[in-house]
Amino acid sequence: MENLFIVVSPLNPDPMYKQITDQIKEAIASGGLQPEAKLPSIREMARELEISEITIKRAYSDLENGGFIITRSGLGSYVADINREKLRKEKWMEIKKDILKICKTAEKFEISPRELIALVRKIKESSDG
Amino acid sequence: MDNSENILELRHVRKKYKGFVLDDISLDLPKGYILGLIGPNGAGKTTTIKILMNMVKRDGGEIQLFGLDPKTNAKRIKNKVGYLGEEQHYYGNKTVAWTGQFVSTFYDDWDTNAFQSLLTNFEISRTKKTRELSKGMKVRFSLALALSHHPELLILDEPTAGLDPVIRREVLELLRKKSKNEGKSVIISSHITDDIMRTADLVAFLIQGKIALISEKDELLSNWKRIHYKKGALDSAIVGSLTRRKDHAFGSSGVTDRYVEIKDSLVQGITEGVIKIENVNLDDILISLVKGV
Repeated sequence: MENLFIVVSPLNPDPMYKQITDQIKEAIASGGLQPEAKLPSIREMARELEISEITIKRAYSDLENGGFIITRSGLGSYVADINREKLRKEKWMEIKKDILKICKTAEKFEISPRELIALVRKIKESSDG
Repeated sequence: MDNSENILELRHVRKKYKGFVLDDISLDLPKGYILGLIGPNGAGKTTTIKILMNMVKRDGGEIQLFGLDPKTNAKRIKNKVGYLGEEQHYYGNKTVAWTGQFVSTFYDDWDTNAFQSLLTNFEISRTKKTRELSKGMKVRFSLALALSHHPELLILDEPTAGLDPVIRREVLELLRKKSKNEGKSVIISSHITDDIMRTADLVAFLIQGKIALISEKDELLSNWKRIHYKKGALDSAIVGSLTRRKDHAFGSSGVTDRYVEIKDSLVQGITEGVIKIENVNLDDILISLVKGV
């Protein structure tokens, strides 16, 4: 569980179960959680995050329905191994929305798409060192 | 803040009771601002307010309210101040209209039309006896009484205690309107920090008779944050400066009071997703100040 970093906040506009599913999906996408990695039990997660088991159950069943995790009865929940492409697709939609937002902001300040693309390259290069 | 704009200045105000000391209270209230007084029960909120209202004599320190000392100018000040105490006592057998008439005699600038229209807005029947008013009605009635001489400053001690959420919100919105549309200043004390969060521009935390912190609300909320971090992701000096620390299997967290100052050093961790920032509310700040750790 070393790699799992989860923050749940009642002040976040997203409901708590969604905050959990989003962060687990992210951990799977980034490789922090590998396929077949065992997830904490519902009880443990509820105790550590100090939120109700119902909320965690909801999060886990959403993850399971989405094919991100598998629950083996009596054993617990594990990361499924078929879902990187799925995660990529889901994230793609989110990134599209984010970029649209950036484009709108850029437009207001008369920054052209060409300048934006150059900026993306520059940021990426400098963060890669 | 421009000094000439302050309608209220307190300097080193002190009051000692058996087992309680109000110690070295200093604060400024600029015109048109809403000051929220937050503190646990018994911290000195009511004593501070009563000193302003000259209902309690201070032992020391200076007070300038509209440039006057409340000790020696009580009458002049009362004409400029609308006061709503923790509890309101009226003659139970007398009607709303009678009570309004009675209270009006204490003020030079009583505006009967304003009083009548406030009663109408608050849906208070003029013929009702004051003891027949519900708790919520009584607070609305008291507000109507406190506002009808067009005070420059409103002082409200726990005005929302015991009110249902609908009336509570209505009272708070009225205060906001008085301050922002009409330039009135307001002092409101509450142990319901949400009330202060919704109304105040300035927040003073009163703890054990002392002002533990006074700041503009916006500044307060941008400086106080809960930092969540993956183990090892946060500089140990910063970790050491956090209060109200929590550790669990999926991360650690603590509260900082100087987020603006350390923000830049957290950017990398935030982009990598190993540091997350959460807003705190005034309760969190109050608890941090009370407990100190």
